Amino acid sequence: MKGFIIKEFLHIFRDLRTMLILFGMPVVQVLLFGFAITNEINHASIAILDQAKDEVSMKITDKILSSGYFDLKAVLTHPDQIEAAFGEGVIKEVVVFEPGFGRKLEKEGKANMQIITDASDPNTANLLYNYTSGIVRDYSREMMENKTPPMQISIESNMMYNPELKGVFMFVPGTITILLMLVSAMMTSISIAREKELGTMEVLLVSPLKPFQIIIGKVLPYILLSFTNAVVILVLAFTVFGMPINGSILFLLLESILFIVMALSMGIFISTVSQTQQQAMLLSMFVLMLPTILLSGFIFPIENMPLPLQILSNIMPSKWFIIIVKSIMIKGLGITYVWKETLILLGMTLFFIGLSVKKFNIRLG
Amino acid sequence: MSNGAVILQNISKSYKTVKALTEINVSIAKGELFGFIGPDGAGKTTLFRILTTLLNPDSGTATVEGFDTVKNYKSIRNIAGYMPGRFSLYQDLTVEENLSFFASIYNTTIEENYHLIADIYKHIEPFKHRKAGKLSGGMKQKLALSCALIHKPEVLFLDEPTTGVDAVSRMEFWEMLKKLRSQGITILVSTPYMDEAALCDRVALMQNGHVMTIDTPNAIINAFPVKIYAVRSNRMFHLLNDLQSIPETEAVYRFGDVVHYLSHSKTFDPLSITRHLDSLSHTEITVNQSVPTIEDSFMLYMRKSDKFNISQHDN
Repeated sequence: MKGFIIKEFLHIFRDLRTMLILFGMPVVQVLLFGFAITNEINHASIAILDQAKDEVSMKITDKILSSGYFDLKAVLTHPDQIEAAFGEGVIKEVVVFEPGFGRKLEKEGKANMQIITDASDPNTANLLYNYTSGIVRDYSREMMENKTPPMQISIESNMMYNPELKGVFMFVPGTITILLMLVSAMMTSISIAREKELGTMEVLLVSPLKPFQIIIGKVLPYILLSFTNAVVILVLAFTVFGMPINGSILFLLLESILFIVMALSMGIFISTVSQTQQQAMLLSMFVLMLPTILLSGFIFPIENMPLPLQILSNIMPSKWFIIIVKSIMIKGLGITYVWKETLILLGMTLFFIGLSVKKFNIRLG
Repeated sequence: MSNGAVILQNISKSYKTVKALTEINVSIAKGELFGFIGPDGAGKTTLFRILTTLLNPDSGTATVEGFDTVKNYKSIRNIAGYMPGRFSLYQDLTVEENLSFFASIYNTTIEENYHLIADIYKHIEPFKHRKAGKLSGGMKQKLALSCALIHKPEVLFLDEPTTGVDAVSRMEFWEMLKKLRSQGITILVSTPYMDEAALCDRVALMQNGHVMTIDTPNAIINAFPVKIYAVRSNRMFHLLNDLQSIPETEAVYRFGDVVHYLSHSKTFDPLSITRHLDSLSHTEITVNQSVPTIEDSFMLYMRKSDKFNISQHDN
């Protein structure tokens, strides 16, 4: 068994193509997505609706405008003007202070402001909100140092046009899913099919190795490598895009391992029905990759699909994994919210492991 | 020979459209070097796959060291060494890595059984850090044999081990097999090369899924019923057809760069060949009596089974 695992690692590390797919592709994919979706803000056009016009609101406005990220395009005087301001399509954000902002902060220790963003470009909207609220928080922290009663500026975020922020950061859960699927399922199915093609499977079968030993020997290296991959993607997502990980990282990694094992067991299943590497590759492509991309909700929202496809999407393991990753990373939810999806994945994993052990032929043909 | 190392009884196997093996009965003794001789498509590989538990026969039973190939396949997998037709090595692993991998799947190590493979492995040991894919055919063959031997098998199955290997390496390889036999390992070899039959203790001549005869190479040659005349002339192209037209002809076939002529008449006079060819304006005619070989026997058996098949069709 140990010898088998060592051998499998040697196969992987000796094959340049495998190494490129394993480690080159995730980095390239994530970076491609990263640069395709702008994450830098430079001179974004904003408008200010200051209904207080007092010392504090002016100071905050100054701070926002002097940050260099924003250009003041309009000064509004009435909430009715907000919609019209966005309508022209130039202004991406409106910062609103409530009437008597500074006074309320002084007396009640609490004041409200609102950041309204144009979420038709959800990524930019999110970034603008994060930048602006960051500046405001900085300011309130400075203020708090010399004031004894704690003061709080509560910021209300308001997304225009696309309030649920569909599509925002979708690419990270989607990319993780696709890459793990590709690396895990395709790579294992190809590596088993290669043994069949080169005839080494004959020798393995004639040896005392049991089917589960061959399968584990094949799969274990890929679990480790896929896991490394998942971590690389998460680190890139976090550092390059500022993708939040609001939930538990440990929980996210555990769910990733579950999904990896699921994908691997699918890969083994594919290899049991294909005789050559090419067959295994094509099967992985058509059975795994395309449905993952098209039906998982990665690119096309499932709600917009015709009913038959919506039903079909339920048997896509990737759909459930994307829901889990989104819930953990973006919404910061825990197991109590995604136990159903986790159970579905677990069920699928057991199903495919059972199927492949059963289908794994102890003889030829 | 009921206590043979390998026993096949009435083994038949068909694929979708082809009957690969028909009613095979062979018994091989412990420590024997046994050859299955036959051209491609004779059923040799199917036979080896049944014996190595890779395929189940449609009917009949086979045992290896007393273990049934269907029911006790796990026991056979512990004691059999198998070298498939294509050298099944990992091309991207080095010589040493291949060997230690195959040792590890049998829970042993190179060091533990080094003495078994020393004779063979020492030829390739200088290249132990070279990838298996970069070895020559002869070296691949030696490595594959070492891998099949590393777990000290009791029975060794070698499926066409000399195909695609140069003549010198082939001779070396048979020398190694002789040494292995002297260590008490039962060895089953298949080969399409008739000249290798003489190197086996006993052989089975196979054709179209049938075993035509089983005996020692000498007995097969001694049993050859008629005289063989090796014929040459200046018109080799026409020679086959022209010889067919002699009335006493049993068989005519190419044999290397001559044509072998067999007559069914006991009183056949070789001078009649010369006279006949002369009348058909052949020149530079030579007719020499030739010692029968396994290949001659094979041709004769093939003719017999063909005639048999034809008469069966007529019924």
